[in-house]
Amino acid sequence: MTALDTVEVKEGVDQETVDAVKELSGPYKHGWATDIEMEYAPKGVNTDIVRLISKKNKEPEWMTDWRLSAFERWGKMNEPKWAMVNYPDIDFQDIYYYARPKSMEEKPKSLDDVDPKLLATYAKLGIPLKEQAILAGVEGAEDMPAEGRKVAVDAVFDSVSVGTTFQAELKKAGVIFCSISEAIENHPELVKKYLGTVVPPSDNFYATLNSAVFSDGSFVYIPPGVRCPMELSTYFRINAENTGQFERTLIIADKGSYVSYLEGCTAPKRDVAQLHAAVVEIIIEEDAEVKYSTVQNWYPGDEEGNGGIYNFVTKRADCRGDRSKVMWTQVETGSAVTWKYPSCILRGDDSQGEFYSIAIANNMQQADTGTKMVHLGKNTKSRIVSKGISAGKAQNTYRGLVSMHPKAKSSRNYTQCDSLLIGDKCGAHTVPYIEVKNNSSRVEHEATTSKVDDDQLFYCRSRGMDEEEAVALVVNGFCKEVLQALPMEFAMEAQALVAISLEGSVG
Amino acid sequence: MALAKLKIDTTEARLADVDVPQGAAWGNAARADAMARVRQMGLPTKRDEYWKYTDPTSLTAVNASEAALFVNDEGPLFADVDRIKIVFVDGIFDADASDNLIGEGVEVERLADAMATDIHWAKDLYGVLEARGQNPVERPLAALNTALATDGVVIRVTGKAAKPINFIYLHKDVSSDAILHNLVKVEAGAELTLLETGPAAARFSKQLEVEVAEGGTFHHVRAQGRDHERRAVTHCFARLAANSTFKSFTLTFNGVLTRNECILEIVGDDAVAHVAGICVGDGKDFHHDDTVFVTHDALNGESRQVFKKVLRNGATGVFQGKILVKEGAQKTDGYQISQSLLLDEDSQFLAKPELEIYADDVACSHGSTSGAIDETALFYLRSRGVSHDDARNLLTLSFLAEALEEIEDEGLAEDLRARLEGWLTRHR
Repeated sequence: MTALDTVEVKEGVDQETVDAVKELSGPYKHGWATDIEMEYAPKGVNTDIVRLISKKNKEPEWMTDWRLSAFERWGKMNEPKWAMVNYPDIDFQDIYYYARPKSMEEKPKSLDDVDPKLLATYAKLGIPLKEQAILAGVEGAEDMPAEGRKVAVDAVFDSVSVGTTFQAELKKAGVIFCSISEAIENHPELVKKYLGTVVPPSDNFYATLNSAVFSDGSFVYIPPGVRCPMELSTYFRINAENTGQFERTLIIADKGSYVSYLEGCTAPKRDVAQLHAAVVEIIIEEDAEVKYSTVQNWYPGDEEGNGGIYNFVTKRADCRGDRSKVMWTQVETGSAVTWKYPSCILRGDDSQGEFYSIAIANNMQQADTGTKMVHLGKNTKSRIVSKGISAGKAQNTYRGLVSMHPKAKSSRNYTQCDSLLIGDKCGAHTVPYIEVKNNSSRVEHEATTSKVDDDQLFYCRSRGMDEEEAVALVVNGFCKEVLQALPMEFAMEAQALVAISLEGSVG
Repeated sequence: MALAKLKIDTTEARLADVDVPQGAAWGNAARADAMARVRQMGLPTKRDEYWKYTDPTSLTAVNASEAALFVNDEGPLFADVDRIKIVFVDGIFDADASDNLIGEGVEVERLADAMATDIHWAKDLYGVLEARGQNPVERPLAALNTALATDGVVIRVTGKAAKPINFIYLHKDVSSDAILHNLVKVEAGAELTLLETGPAAARFSKQLEVEVAEGGTFHHVRAQGRDHERRAVTHCFARLAANSTFKSFTLTFNGVLTRNECILEIVGDDAVAHVAGICVGDGKDFHHDDTVFVTHDALNGESRQVFKKVLRNGATGVFQGKILVKEGAQKTDGYQISQSLLLDEDSQFLAKPELEIYADDVACSHGSTSGAIDETALFYLRSRGVSHDDARNLLTLSFLAEALEEIEDEGLAEDLRARLEGWLTRHR
């Protein structure tokens, strides 16, 4: 958007803020690819590939067996067809299941040894130099002075985690934040105890595939009573062509702990669709709290619907302990096809689950997303706020489940899902499932569908805004409830994303 | 694939000994087409998404389960209403008990007679709306009804009908298995009120196809009887032309299993479609399912769905409602509310209220709630000297009021309200 260049910056507004917003404006800006030497496993998936991935990650035998049994099960499963999305059949044998930058074979000694293209990638993604060094796996980088903000980052480049920052500082607090392959190596007891307990390997087609072939991902363990000293963050980047990314995230918040976790994703523009099938498992013990925020900005494909990422993700949080709490916040602007239902199992008494979502679909994008709130414990509470925005020829579906188990006495759910349509070629759909099996619980569900209000647009226009700005403002207002739930850094980015995702959809 | 084949095999086995009734050419063809639809779709099973909350096994079984006869001590409903009575006993038309089938503004014939006539308007309606209604959601039990219906009447409304028509269903045989199919054609500017009352049979499959032409009005009020052991699946398919009005209200008491499907298609501009229902159920073996599908395919349409359920002692209530707004159906106003009042810990409410919208200049909303009686309101009434039971009745009736108000004729609404009050008093 050029409008920003000409706008006079008001006193008190940080130039950095203006630059950040400017930076975020414009069409899909993460569409570049890094031409990096990659190491691939052969295309396709079979038991050999599963073994190979396991071997590359230096996994113990129990892990290899775990993967193989998942793979065997996957062979017997059918792709789910119930979602309101259409895409050509995926040839699962035409995908690379393992790819990693060659320079990662041996640990580089300094930034000079690192493939400069990999560094350039991080610079483009806006990761500070110090973190770049760590992400690039430079030995001793941890001891370099940090600059500015403190967010520990784990970056996953195609199939492998390329580095995690601030590990030493986190260690002081007792927090374990590393790639899942390292966790399998260094903390097998934790991985063994928790992996697959929230999303079992047999859960669904994509989760089962992920269980067999996940190549890396992040692992977080917050010990009892610890408030994680900084926000943890993961960047996912699909770079290589024809690859699938199957990352697995495992977060364990032990009794009385707290952590806020951010996840961001990007991918280059390719004209062939790429698969992303991730699994996120969160275990929350007594009195612990986890905030999980996602800004999903995978490449959405071009205006004709060519290419883009198929984002088939299983995310689930298990509130095991009493008074535990989870909050999912997601801003879904990317991906050609999204199939994602971050869920909360409210097992502990008085546990709480919250879900805030903005899903924006433009051009030929299709999003089928929502949440599941399964109330099992007494006095459990959940709140769902979902805002779906469709523009262009996009289809946007909210699909959700609220289930009150007979034993979940005095529980409470409130659901609000609103849809906004911009243009007459798009669709907005709501498919909620409500199952109430006791009477002391209250469930309320509300949904509305409307178009951008003409009066509001007219008012903005009369104050001198151009039409696109006016729509962006009205839409941001529509999304406010969700944007407010995001951590500060993300809220900014998300707000700008809302504006750019709708670019060109007016009229 | 294996699953689909199993379903088809099961369907074939079930249909092997079924006799399709024979009549004149067009009737036979319509039935054969419907049978082909059933074979292609397969009979429903609990595994189907559309039957997620209701088990269709007893509806598709070869033999109907027995249902004890119920003696209704309240006397017939709408007794004071001047109406044309059409009586069916266990699904068979009873000419002696029925009124003369001649009324001002209406032409009534028995389905068999219409089917024996080579050229008949019913040909363009029988099974036609049902076939249209198979997409996007398959309703094999409706097609099965079209194929196998043994009786029914066809009504053509040419002007403003002087009296309402009342279908009265009597149940006299403990193992009766009735399949009825009725047609109503409301011509341009014409108007009819149709009443349906009574329990019908041990197992009852009933279909109503309604075509409302431009400016026509169709009011429908039905009360499904108080007998406890009935199993019923009913379908109502309606197509609405420009400026037409369709309003349907259903009251369901008891019954082991009731599935009421209503499928409306608005094809003309400025049409109005309202569907409402109340169900009251008591006991673990009570299962009631309202399934509604409203399609807007014209400008400026208005649709309302208002469904209320009162459930106690482990009763189950299901609501599956959908508003589909097709591309170009601008200025649509769609509203849907489904609420349940659970009177005790064991009852359950399962709902799937859906919106599917492909037009941008529309206002559609839906709401769904479930909960117990408001203790504060109860306490307030008690503090004003109202007994606990009366207070509960009062609050329950006020909860149901929004749905009862959907009935335009106040006399009919008052009759049903009195029945509801009686039910609430008996079941506490």
